[in-house]
Amino acid sequence: MTEKYPELRANVIAILRGIAPEVEVDELRDDRPLRQQVDLDSMDWLNFLIGISERLKVSIPEADYGRLVTLGNLLDYLRAKLG
Amino acid sequence: MFDFTLPSLGADMDEGKLIEWKVKPGDMVRKGQVVAIVDTSKAAVDVEIWQDGVVHELLIEPGERIPVGTVLATLLEPGEGAASKGVRAGAKEARHAAVAGAAVGERRPPSAAAVPAETARLRISPAARKRAEALGVAIVQLTGSGPGGAVTLADVEAAAQAGVRKAVEAAPAVRPEVDKNTEMRRAIAAAMSRSKREIPHYYLYETIPMARAQRWLAQANEGRPITERLLMAVLQLKAVAAALAQYPEMNGFFRDGRFESVQAAHIGVAISLRQGGLIAPALHDVGSKPLDQLMHELADLVKRTRAGSLRSSEMSDPTITVTNLGDQGVEAVMGVIYPPQVALVGFGRIMERPWVEDGTLVALPAVVASLAADHRVSDGHRGALFLAELRERLQRPEEL
Repeated sequence: MTEKYPELRANVIAILRGIAPEVEVDELRDDRPLRQQVDLDSMDWLNFLIGISERLKVSIPEADYGRLVTLGNLLDYLRAKLG
Repeated sequence: MFDFTLPSLGADMDEGKLIEWKVKPGDMVRKGQVVAIVDTSKAAVDVEIWQDGVVHELLIEPGERIPVGTVLATLLEPGEGAASKGVRAGAKEARHAAVAGAAVGERRPPSAAAVPAETARLRISPAARKRAEALGVAIVQLTGSGPGGAVTLADVEAAAQAGVRKAVEAAPAVRPEVDKNTEMRRAIAAAMSRSKREIPHYYLYETIPMARAQRWLAQANEGRPITERLLMAVLQLKAVAAALAQYPEMNGFFRDGRFESVQAAHIGVAISLRQGGLIAPALHDVGSKPLDQLMHELADLVKRTRAGSLRSSEMSDPTITVTNLGDQGVEAVMGVIYPPQVALVGFGRIMERPWVEDGTLVALPAVVASLAADHRVSDGHRGALFLAELRERLQRPEEL
């Protein structure tokens, strides 16, 4: 499986690893719910999105959280935001 | 002159090891100032002093393992003259007797005595320790850039890049991670066994509609930058504190055969650690703080707990515990009370449920809130009223 937007993905993964250092990056699937693959509680999830919005300078309204289920969803969403 | 003793840092900790003094004789200290760092089975704890004074003599050397109650240092009262300094000559000898006395103290379960003395531990977060193990970095060679010189994940990564390899001769100074985990499991086992042995628990649960709270939260967060957004957990904590104000028999300590009620709600927030185990440090005085402040303090508490950097008051003060296992997807949790506390409130997952209102079936977001309480202190009737109050509070989120 080719991975989407390698540079963006690497950025997002780096932020994720800052929050969940134990994550097995090679085993992360873009098409499965992220929070089923990585043990993220609501505080971790918020910190993850804060990390993304700060590093990539995008705003992520809370109303959009529901669309960000898989890593693939998130990458598509960010790609569109970044233009 | 007064003594500074090692405070109790929770039911599952009856001894610690002094890692570092943050003060020296002659230093002025203020109430609440961190004066020492003590390693416990769960975390390195910043130990605060609870009285202003001037450090007179430090009685314990870093590296020593000490039971709770040990005199660590003597201090002069503010304004107390040097003339009285001589009074405590020989304090060092005296405190050895005190240590011996404390070691056979009744509050010390025999299992704890079996914990072997271990070698010096550096100040390092569990995540950083794990990473260092994985990368083969010698932790003892690292300079910490974190709070209080703690070795952070970034320090480990940087050292790995710089090619600092683990020195074989340094190995004795590094406590193997498996031992730390074993130690934490042992500590949890001791506290939870004591709880189940001593506390006659009763359990109640109540399904609480959350539509209003969710709507209020979504609106509140709409106009906020992401760094200022609130989590539902904060509303739940505040609602618990509000309900506790009316049911004080859920908030406090059962010690020496009697209940001591505490007015302020210092809520122990159960925080799971990534390498396993959990800690429930106090979020202080939840009832009197606005939601924004609580959110900041909760975020900071979670961060510091995971980094292994807590304050002694956070370890010793919780008057009740709240656990939220909803993020893990369970519907409800029936908790084990953390002694000497007398109650634990648990929240499950907020999920849509079929709900009948005025004879009509609707789908509503709801959460199961549970109460585990100490039957020596309260009865099911009062517990039920407490949960009903919690439910009402969550229907009026704008008042929280």
